[in-house]
Amino acid sequence: MDSYFSILFTEVYKILFLLVPVLVSVAMIVWLDRRVWAFVQKRRGPNVVGPFGLFQSLADALKYIFKEIIIPASSNKLVFVLAPVVTMTLALISWAVIPFGEDFVLADINVGILYLFAVSSLGVYGIIMGGWASNSKYPFLGAIRSAAQMVSYEVSIGVIIINVLLCVGSLNLSDIVMAQQNLWFVIPLFPMFVIFFISALAETNRPPFDLPEAEAELVAGYQTEYSGMMYAMFWLGEYANILLMCAMGAVLFLGGWLSPIDIFPFNAIPGPFWLIFKILFLFILFALVKATVPRYRYDQLMKLGWKIFLPFSLFYVVLTSSFLLYFDLLPGK
Amino acid sequence: MIAHSVFFYIFSLIAIVSALMVTVSKNTVHSVFFLILDFISISCLFIMIGAEFLGMIMLIVYVGAVAVLFLFVVMMLNVAEQKGQWFSSRWDGGTHIPIGLLVSLIIFFELIIVIGGWKYKPDLLNSLSVNISSDVTNTRSIGNVLYTDYILLFQISGMILLVAMIGAIVLTFRERAGVKRQSYVKQISRERDEGVDLVHVEKNKGVKIDA
Repeated sequence: MDSYFSILFTEVYKILFLLVPVLVSVAMIVWLDRRVWAFVQKRRGPNVVGPFGLFQSLADALKYIFKEIIIPASSNKLVFVLAPVVTMTLALISWAVIPFGEDFVLADINVGILYLFAVSSLGVYGIIMGGWASNSKYPFLGAIRSAAQMVSYEVSIGVIIINVLLCVGSLNLSDIVMAQQNLWFVIPLFPMFVIFFISALAETNRPPFDLPEAEAELVAGYQTEYSGMMYAMFWLGEYANILLMCAMGAVLFLGGWLSPIDIFPFNAIPGPFWLIFKILFLFILFALVKATVPRYRYDQLMKLGWKIFLPFSLFYVVLTSSFLLYFDLLPGK
Repeated sequence: MIAHSVFFYIFSLIAIVSALMVTVSKNTVHSVFFLILDFISISCLFIMIGAEFLGMIMLIVYVGAVAVLFLFVVMMLNVAEQKGQWFSSRWDGGTHIPIGLLVSLIIFFELIIVIGGWKYKPDLLNSLSVNISSDVTNTRSIGNVLYTDYILLFQISGMILLVAMIGAIVLTFRERAGVKRQSYVKQISRERDEGVDLVHVEKNKGVKIDA
């Protein structure tokens, strides 16, 4: 029993060691997002609180904590409270399988990529629950839009993952990174990387696909009725999901913790830093897209997902597998 | 080992209770939420017996896709109108109950047959199924069986699903008149000459636009 508890405590320690940095970096990433956005538009962005405005997110969080939580009288109270909790939890538990380095991962499970995919597909529920339980028109419409959008783009993300898995021969995320030692998958699978990036934008409801919270039509979409800390949890969960998508892109296509070239000044930098650089690189791309591209119309969004991305990525699966078969490169023999 | 069985009982308790709540709860949307909880706890049980691939696929397919569609349909239905009609105390002709009884009887007998099979022929499972060696991940071993011995059945089930999908689309598709469709080709291939016309206007004459 004693050993059981010692194992439990080391695990809890490890989990905290992962989650606290993730939460802090989520707050920082919001600041970065706003700064990049302002930079592109020739504004200053948040620059008042702390050096360079670094503590802006913390000030915002403090404000959210002290605001009153309003629960609408006609809402379904249990589901209403549960929705942000679900969003936040799902955004955080997926970090368990992201490998930060060789043997530097919380849970090195065999089906890591399936786990990530499953958890990100569960993310719809936080939004649907919030939209439905608010018992109000705008949140409901936002939730329905968001659910349809996320289910559509998950299909193409799934097919893109199949492309990568064909080259790796394993569902384990560490194996996926190790398979990229000679060549990052972004080079042979570049079209898939582009489609993954755009699908990730749609999956996380980022502009130009932020129709679920299109302020001109739906006020704030599914979060309209939320206030105070519950709103902040939706917001944190959303950004944690964006970071997770960036991490997924870094692991699948940009070689995870591996350094770009295996020579001295580069391979001296420890793996976790490389992964963080890659996540930040992808995130800045996300922010730049947000700053430059106008919002899509809903039918264009659906057309892009089902009529362009899905057929093209299916075609690429055939292409990849025939290439691997013809040149006898199939892994796992 | 103790922790293992504790978790087993927790997950199976959640699975059973939520399965009950699916049928018992008055609110249809709550029923679907309990169904989702049921799926999740069953996939946890799959993972506990080491069938991690099956557990994850269960989550992705049932929870990530099927239950979302369920929720869609249930939320779109006008639930308020039907409230109190299903399973109501007053007798509405009893159309649902005989069919429900029949289906549950059939499932009950099927369960008896399956469990009876275990009881009287304990090695039934070994003679029917492929032995899985523990040093291969179960994704690989499922793939090895599915794409070699059962490739024909696998392909046929895929075909059936495809036909069902096309059938559903054909049945529900209706052509609507007067829909303006956007054509990217038409938009992009617009040239300057077609769109703009430079006219030299004489003084005090004006231009006829619809010439």
